Amino acid sequence: MTETIRARAMGRPLERLDGRDKVVGQAPYAYEQQVTDPLYLHPVQAVIARGRINAIDTADAESLPGVVTVLTHLNAPRLTGDGDGDDRELWVLQSDEVHFRGQFIGVVVAETSEIARHAADLVRVEYERWPHDVELSADRDDLYAPDKVNAGHDTDTDVGDVAAALADAPVVVDHTYRTPMEYNNPMEPHATVAVWDAGGLTMYDSTQGVHVVRQRLAPLFGLDPGHVRVVAPHVGGGFGSKGAPHAHNVLAGLAAQVTGGRPVKLAVTRQQMFSVVGHRTPTIQRIGLGAETDGRLTALVHEVVEHTSRIVEYAEQTAVVSRMMYAAPNRRTRHRLAALDVPVPFWMRAPGEAPGAFALEVAMDELAVACGLDPVELRIRNEPDVDPESGRPFSGRRMSECLREGARRFGWESRDPTPAARLRDGWLEGTGVAASVYPRIMQTGNRAWVRYGPDGRYEVGIGAVDIGTGTWTALTQIAADALEVPVEEVRLRIGDTDLPEAAVAGGSGGLSAWGSAVVGAARAFREKFGRHPSAGDEATGTAPESPAAEDFSMYSFGAQFAHVRVHADTGEIRVPRMLGVFTVGRVVNPRTARSQFVGAMTMGLSMALHEEAVLDPRFGHVVNHDLATYHIATHADVQDVDAIWLDEEDPRSNPMGIRGIGEIGIVGAAAAVANAVHHATGVRVRDLPITPDKLFH
Amino acid sequence: MDASIRLRVDGQWRTLDVDTRTTLLDALRERLGVTSPKKGCDHGQCGSCTVLLDGRRAVTCLALAVAHDGAEIVTAEGLADGEDLHPVQRAFLEQDGLQCGYCTPGQVCSAVGMLEEVKAGWPSQVTEDLAGPPELDDEEIRERMSGNLCRCGAYPNIVAAIRQGAR
Amino acid sequence: MRPLEYRRAEDPRRAVTAVAGRPGAMFLGAGTNLVDHLKLGVARPDLLVDVSHLPYDKIEPRPGGGLRIGAAVRNSDLAAHPLVRQHYPVLAQALLSGASPQLRNLATTAGNLLQRTRCPYFQDVTTPCNKREPGTGCSALEGYNREHAVLGASEHCVAVHPSDMAVALTVLDAEVRVLGSGGERTIPITELYRLPGDRPDRDTVLKHGDLITAVDLPGLPMAAHSAYRKVRERASYAFALVSVAAAVQVRDGAITDARVAFGGLAHKPWRAYRAEEALRGVRVSAAPGDTLAEATTAAPIAAGGAASTGENAGGTSTVEDLRAAADAELADARPLAHNAFKIPMARNTFVAVLRGLLREEGATR
Repeated sequence: MTETIRARAMGRPLERLDGRDKVVGQAPYAYEQQVTDPLYLHPVQAVIARGRINAIDTADAESLPGVVTVLTHLNAPRLTGDGDGDDRELWVLQSDEVHFRGQFIGVVVAETSEIARHAADLVRVEYERWPHDVELSADRDDLYAPDKVNAGHDTDTDVGDVAAALADAPVVVDHTYRTPMEYNNPMEPHATVAVWDAGGLTMYDSTQGVHVVRQRLAPLFGLDPGHVRVVAPHVGGGFGSKGAPHAHNVLAGLAAQVTGGRPVKLAVTRQQMFSVVGHRTPTIQRIGLGAETDGRLTALVHEVVEHTSRIVEYAEQTAVVSRMMYAAPNRRTRHRLAALDVPVPFWMRAPGEAPGAFALEVAMDELAVACGLDPVELRIRNEPDVDPESGRPFSGRRMSECLREGARRFGWESRDPTPAARLRDGWLEGTGVAASVYPRIMQTGNRAWVRYGPDGRYEVGIGAVDIGTGTWTALTQIAADALEVPVEEVRLRIGDTDLPEAAVAGGSGGLSAWGSAVVGAARAFREKFGRHPSAGDEATGTAPESPAAEDFSMYSFGAQFAHVRVHADTGEIRVPRMLGVFTVGRVVNPRTARSQFVGAMTMGLSMALHEEAVLDPRFGHVVNHDLATYHIATHADVQDVDAIWLDEEDPRSNPMGIRGIGEIGIVGAAAAVANAVHHATGVRVRDLPITPDKLFH
Repeated sequence: MDASIRLRVDGQWRTLDVDTRTTLLDALRERLGVTSPKKGCDHGQCGSCTVLLDGRRAVTCLALAVAHDGAEIVTAEGLADGEDLHPVQRAFLEQDGLQCGYCTPGQVCSAVGMLEEVKAGWPSQVTEDLAGPPELDDEEIRERMSGNLCRCGAYPNIVAAIRQGAR
Repeated sequence: MRPLEYRRAEDPRRAVTAVAGRPGAMFLGAGTNLVDHLKLGVARPDLLVDVSHLPYDKIEPRPGGGLRIGAAVRNSDLAAHPLVRQHYPVLAQALLSGASPQLRNLATTAGNLLQRTRCPYFQDVTTPCNKREPGTGCSALEGYNREHAVLGASEHCVAVHPSDMAVALTVLDAEVRVLGSGGERTIPITELYRLPGDRPDRDTVLKHGDLITAVDLPGLPMAAHSAYRKVRERASYAFALVSVAAAVQVRDGAITDARVAFGGLAHKPWRAYRAEEALRGVRVSAAPGDTLAEATTAAPIAAGGAASTGENAGGTSTVEDLRAAADAELADARPLAHNAFKIPMARNTFVAVLRGLLREEGATR
């Protein structure tokens, strides 16, 4: 157990320190960084899903007044390395091969954005078309088991004898659940401004991690990491898709090399985002539950089929949630992949847990119905004493409390479990519940410095970012408590690789990693300079060791409740209320934390009812590649969504006692809605999104 | 083809040359350096670029700049009076009606424009009585703000902020 | 997005001449659909003639009843107009269900009428589309066609018309005033739009250079009892899966006249003449306690019983008649691979809207 810092600022609902700049629109995002005399980029994209470029004619484009150049694989600067492994996504304009539709095959560099866009239209490409395949199914004969799945999890697990347990179980629920291809769609499209001069490459980027961008790009461009600077003071959301550089970063880096030092600006269009910045893989999930008549699980099977791209393997850890969630003595999980000619999938909020918990938590609802048990009670009966996967005790597992507290606040006890029994004003009403979980992830290698300024304030620097999570505010609060000073005496600096090494804002672990380093730096500073430092004093520190991490299983938990109304004539689905109760360790800033919970639950609502990217197998593209056709929830869809949390701290996790909060809200949210839809209508929808047509015969 | 136009942006007349293809949004962001309106979709599908255009909320990504020569534009930046925030902006801060902040200036402009529309008695899709003056309850706020997407999911807080800012 | 010339029209006739005489010329209203298409490469004009400043921005009562709506009237002004709200609620509701407020503040009457389909293949220049590029094929026919037509489609095009306003105008028997090279003429809205046939590139009967100057609404007392219902998954800011516009007149306990149109089902707003015919003479039963359990075939209904609870007006037999009227209209519906749900959804919505109006009628009598 590490020594926790005393909470003075932590726990207070400070307003966002960057809030003023944001409500007036003065906080500069990547594309808005002021640079001198920029040029504008517009990419050229492949319109076939697989094949080779036979010829690419840029003459008309280049002859347009205002066009500086057009880069293609024929004339683009060469990247360094062999273009293998994960670099294949970034191996831009280096060969004539097309691996997915929408791949960047060229870029126009021009004096204005209008000219660049026009010129991109004028580039003519002749292809040699090869057969492509983008269709995922569970009965493909080329499914394979990856070596590992995302976040380093094992691909398969087997505990006990699942076949025998299922055969013997008096109650069995065994169904297939599907989740579609989904897109992060942060409101700020990915964008980058690149400047290549004698000092190297400077990139103003919309990213979840400035250092990860530098680490990935520097070797590709043959630069020493010290010669790549990445800057991101404000980031307009990411939800995973900005967790690593994508092809557009490389495209801008290539273009910046041929402009004689003039900056280049590249804003990926909303439409292009459906090809080049990642997506959540579609999943086909079999859940098999065997149980005693009292609901106690005897077997749990979770077998997942999902897609990856042919060029880069991304294996979403969809079934890992079933390894630790419930105390079934016999368990089996599988992940199988189909490598297809699709864009490269990547992280989207709670990769693995979000789609996996949809399947598991709907199946648990089905089991509750099959056993005639209340779904809250069913979950409580299956609470494990220790982590079923590792055998280690949990550092804290108060899920039963979340379920009970949520049930109490939601008015669950008066619920009649009969489906399709409540019609009011033409709407069928129902309620549903699901459990939430997310692992505590501790990223290593973080550093921070503390400097005492001439103005009597402590400057605290670390290359963290704020993607809307509240880093500016919450990390300032942590720094204040680590230094034992009021927040007004702390000036935080983040979002720049000139600052010390920081982990990506991902895995709900940003604040844990950065905060720990800040605590380390503060302790080093106080050790060196005491309580009365002089201007210019500076110390650097890293995160203190957390030995308990090896001895405990650390997760955040929660329970979500949803009330839905389904129009009896039209099948329209509305969600008047959602409530989440979470247990996440300490909450640093209740104001911003609640926003994150509610926001993630809202994304879960959106996942439940709206989101589905449709691949057209003939063309290999996402048909609905904009925000008018790929729907995300809007104001009218989101009514009373609220979140609360149990008061606690987890000293085993880190010196702040926090476990991370960014993702758990989306885990289980879609299942709660789906279970409520079943309660309202009697129709069990096992494939997302739940749309009216699925409620019609 | 270029054209010279004048725009009154946040109280200041600005003269600028635009390509006839330049949208009002790009004219503001790229030509004038006014980056308070955001580009989220560039196709009228998200509302991030909403400003008050000649007194009414409007998306700027689907308006050609050349067609709005002489227009008066107020952005979220212009709604604030120096350090003094507009009551709606103040309420966004207090209610935490934002996370990443990218849709926020558009939400703020939309909210301010919306409150004027309600004052003028305009109905909405959810107004029960089309004949009478609308009452600004949460359902009305949500419907009237639905042209502004927020991927962070700050909606409940935005509604609370507007309720507060409307007082 | 190729370079283009921009001219602000000062005079309607010269605007018409300018566009009619140049194949690459187009009128520009607010641009909410056209600028979208410029960026996508769907529209490639070399000249835009801006007609938004022409004096067509008035809403005026017509002698003898009715309204004249100028072509440049903004959607939001039209929806908020007291006479529209009072006499043509179906039109106000349709407008208010379309797009978003900050789009409606820009969008004009004529632009709304002439907006083009949101078929995703039409909007994507990298896929074949007969509407965008005649002869290249219809990608939606065998592709993703969940939002597409079930009525009046052809093998060349299965797109639907996206306007809500036009569906309302269709039940109001609106007339569209057009200024063309040959002078002024009037086109009933029911004749403005075409079915795709083998020329899906043509949405309407208008000729190149025809300028819509106004929409005339007739004085139509029954329009005061009208309604628009739009069904979509997102609660707002989305195009219709199915919509229904209806006006109804009841005398002595029976429907004497009805106007109904569907949106989201066809290449044009679909005036439901057969349903109207079937509705005339339907007795509006007022038997208390009618459950209306069989009002629909939707699974939620089948599981849950009644649709909208209407205790008195619109009893069981009336609902059966309403459903029969909808079925008469939808008998020719031909679903595609992904849109069969539109047929029961359209029928249920039809019944729900009509029942609502009958209940209202019952309340006012």
